Amino acid sequence: MLLIPCPWCGARPDSEFASGGEAHIVRPPQPDAVSDEQWGRYLFFRENVKGVQRERWMHAQGCRRWFNVVRDTVTHEIKAAYAMGEPPPQAHR
Amino acid sequence: MSQHFRLPAGGVIARNEPLAFAFNGRRYQGFRGDTLASALLANGVHLVARSFKYHRPRGIVGSGSEEPNAMVRVGTGARVIPNAVATTVELYEGLRAESINCWPSVEFDLGALGNVLSALLPAGFYYKTFMWPNRAWMAYEYFIRRAAGLGRAPYAPDPDRYEKRFEHCDVLVIGGGPAGIAAAGAASESGARVILADENPAPGGQLLYSEERVEGLAAREWCENGIRELRARDEVRVLTRATATGYYDHNLVCLLERVTDHLGEPPARLPRQRLWKVRARQVIVATGAIERMIAFADNDTPGVMLAGAARRYLGQYAVRPGSRAVVFTNNDSGYDCAAALAASGVRVAAVVDPRPTGAAAARAAGRGIRVLDGCAVIAARGGTRVASVLAAPVSADGARIIGTTEELACDVVAVSGGWDPAVHLYSQSGGRLAFDGVQQCFVPGPAVQATSAAGAANGAFHTEECIAQARIAGLAAARHCVDPSAVGPVAPRRTPLAVTPLWEAPAHARRAKKFVDLQSDVTAADIALAAREGYVAVEHAKRYTTTGMNTDQGKTGNVVAYGILARVTGRTIPEVGTTTFRPPYTPVTIGALAGREIGGALDPLRRTPMSDWHVAAGAVFEPVGLWRRPLYYPRAGEDMSAAVERECLAVRQRVGILDASTLGKIDIQGPDAVVLLDRVYTNAWDDLAVGRCRYGLMLREDGMVFDDGVTSRLGERHYLMTTTSGGADGVLGWLEDWLQCEWRDLRAHLTPVTANWATVNVAGPRARDVLARLESTIDLSAAALPHMGVSAGSLMGVPARIARVSFTGELSFEVNVPARYGLALWEALTAAGAEFGITPLGTEALHVLRAEKGYIAIGHETDGTVTPLDLGMNWLVSGAKADFLGKRSLARSDTARAGRKQLVGLLTLDPQTQVPEGSPIVSAANAGRVGRPPVPVIGHVSSSYMSPALRHSIALALIEDGRNRLAEEVAVVCRGKPVRARITSPRFYDPKGERLHG
Repeated sequence: MLLIPCPWCGARPDSEFASGGEAHIVRPPQPDAVSDEQWGRYLFFRENVKGVQRERWMHAQGCRRWFNVVRDTVTHEIKAAYAMGEPPPQAHR
Repeated sequence: MSQHFRLPAGGVIARNEPLAFAFNGRRYQGFRGDTLASALLANGVHLVARSFKYHRPRGIVGSGSEEPNAMVRVGTGARVIPNAVATTVELYEGLRAESINCWPSVEFDLGALGNVLSALLPAGFYYKTFMWPNRAWMAYEYFIRRAAGLGRAPYAPDPDRYEKRFEHCDVLVIGGGPAGIAAAGAASESGARVILADENPAPGGQLLYSEERVEGLAAREWCENGIRELRARDEVRVLTRATATGYYDHNLVCLLERVTDHLGEPPARLPRQRLWKVRARQVIVATGAIERMIAFADNDTPGVMLAGAARRYLGQYAVRPGSRAVVFTNNDSGYDCAAALAASGVRVAAVVDPRPTGAAAARAAGRGIRVLDGCAVIAARGGTRVASVLAAPVSADGARIIGTTEELACDVVAVSGGWDPAVHLYSQSGGRLAFDGVQQCFVPGPAVQATSAAGAANGAFHTEECIAQARIAGLAAARHCVDPSAVGPVAPRRTPLAVTPLWEAPAHARRAKKFVDLQSDVTAADIALAAREGYVAVEHAKRYTTTGMNTDQGKTGNVVAYGILARVTGRTIPEVGTTTFRPPYTPVTIGALAGREIGGALDPLRRTPMSDWHVAAGAVFEPVGLWRRPLYYPRAGEDMSAAVERECLAVRQRVGILDASTLGKIDIQGPDAVVLLDRVYTNAWDDLAVGRCRYGLMLREDGMVFDDGVTSRLGERHYLMTTTSGGADGVLGWLEDWLQCEWRDLRAHLTPVTANWATVNVAGPRARDVLARLESTIDLSAAALPHMGVSAGSLMGVPARIARVSFTGELSFEVNVPARYGLALWEALTAAGAEFGITPLGTEALHVLRAEKGYIAIGHETDGTVTPLDLGMNWLVSGAKADFLGKRSLARSDTARAGRKQLVGLLTLDPQTQVPEGSPIVSAANAGRVGRPPVPVIGHVSSSYMSPALRHSIALALIEDGRNRLAEEVAVVCRGKPVRARITSPRFYDPKGERLHG
């Protein structure tokens, strides 16, 4: 059970959060201009990293804010948390 | 019988507190401080259970939670614990326990026939025997489940209360033996917040009964001093009867505290058990070590026990486990047991040691104890109690008998196959394990979380070393809490407990049963068989043989199994590896996991302000999300269909009233509110005037419909969105997600207001007449408030919003007032409507009415695979908007292709036949093949009702290319039989929609 550092509320157990999967997925700015394959990649394809992954979490039972987390999917170590719209920490770009 | 095997003095028991108890109906006496196991042994009772598969007689093997055998049923009535382990059940006055797995009695068990037939029950026999005929499995399973398995659980609801508690600390020390006490003492010196958890009634571990002196003190005194000091520190909490059952991510450890299990009559103010969820910055695993068995023929005979357990019964409980003992050991610790037995007046027939004579053997011989070196116990004899063992010289590798067999009479056999550090929790933490070849056991390797191991759990079996090591671990853990970069000191050098591996002793008899896992009845031959059949991977061999898969998780047998698997496959033990150590370490009561979240507290129950009125009116309720909504309001003598028919006809002919307060409501304000709506709905919103409302469909990015609802424009920058009752939270989350993550520049603010407003829908030709009876500033005329219009004002003197929206196809007013006036509004409307025959309707009638109109219901006509085009709602999809969520997906090859399932109506040829929702639909041509698969399915029924207005059963369905098949006949498969039906338009009633505009 993870202890997730919400940038607004501090560290809380993961039962208070909702996971949003991989972060920094760019929605094509002009969806009509992309091919079916490119759209399909945006919709369905995720990295499924073994190792350090940037992912979205929402403090659903707290402040209801979305934010980003850098987590090692093997050890579950959380290396960083940063607010939505902020760039990832230098080491995890 | 009265405690013939109790020593006259010694032990950690209260001899002034005798306790009466019953086992299998016979009455015995023990003392406060006994476990059920020690009290039974004090009375000479060794035969306590029958085994899982073969129903062989079984005795007491261990002395704590590692016990594989001594499973009993404890307690009476609803408080029965079906599979209690006798070695962990504390004795209390009046305790009642029974053997399990036997009928009619543990001495004479008919199930033992399984033992006679055991040649037919090898490893994997389930897979081999019950493969055919396919259908017979159900019958086999019934008998297998009855024959195998453990104690029966009570049927009555659990009368006990359980608590859950969260706790945080700097250092959690698991295990209160010498290492745990030392580690907790060192860690708390600096003022760190420390929890010490021990699974026994009192901390101390083996120091409670050890003869040794520790740091100049008697062992017990040392440990009592240590605990007293700990308890005196403000930031230290010492928990007893608290087993660490699981080690999870980010240093979360669950402790199961048994608060009242040791009391006969639990006080009402206390919970039976308490589950602690401890989040620790540092964890020290000081869980000690578990002794393992050696597999020899009939090593499951009652009276065969672990040497360390025998020592504990002598020392802690002052109980002689027998009168004449044989000790069988492959390491020096067995000699300590022999010495303790001899000192307590037990005759030691011999110490059987496969190793050549060593220093310990010489010392024992010097004290007059006979040592058979280079020998192994090759069989036990005796049936329900060991009477003798056979010992024989064996080859250096322990594989062959190389000399003459000698029979040694005895009534107890104390076995030590070596010691395994209890690395279960360390391994659960993610920590790696390393194999220690000298001590022949797995020890903790590099840690992954903020975890360390100390003492016997870390492979340090000598008390002084164990304490020194634990002190360093405690100091390091406290320092790490302050400075995570601090480098830990090096643990002291070890004096190892050398073990000469002997996993399996040779035997004369070819069919000898040498048990590895006593609880699952797995023998050495089973493991060899699994390897021969290709199950050489340790996880495969485990599952094929069920080794370690019972409630003890193979604590005393798993490493023996790895050793045998290594030998028969020509590998080393590290090459074989271990199976995964999974939580829980010991069984956890489901009640403790549930805690208080049971019954009505399982989920919050949401009620509308009118809920009590519905209850008083005799409504039948249905759950909708967390809400409870009236399904229908039966009158005396009415069944559901009669009530629903009456409610439907009232709406069509006069007027009905519906509590729609559960409708999801999201208040949206801000200059960009309309941009948000444009992006999340399929249709255009920029042209919606203030005072008007509009229906919208929401799609996920994959183009599939996920919610719908009507949104009103209340002001220039102010909208009120409604959602389905069950979808309110999901829609709010969806909007928040896009606003916070993707469209952070949009100035729009969301407020969920579902519970702030009570919503009453008045529908039917007389709806306006009813509303007009109430004093209001709102003009209800069709000109001022047309269909899809919304007005705000005052109603009965309170603020109100009235919208002309309809889910029934009738003239309909949706009235919103602040929630606290909801009941008053409802009562006023029912009173005002009395002369028009106003009728409350439930959700079932609402569904019939909407289905008559062909209106979709989310979750009926949509299932996450349906696009607006599939629903025939192209008119709602804006072609002019550059983008909205899901738009691009509507042009994907799969969503745009012809022949997708489309929404249609369905009329059964027999108007009285109703088809069940979810029924598959096949073409008329294939109707004759129903029941003889495969039959191509072309669609399914999504909604199905009896329409009172049409006097005909109606259904909505999704059928491939349905809109091009109007008037075609199809067959609906109902319980395996085809029912003929015709495809129609989904609008059954008032297809032109004229009634809406009344």
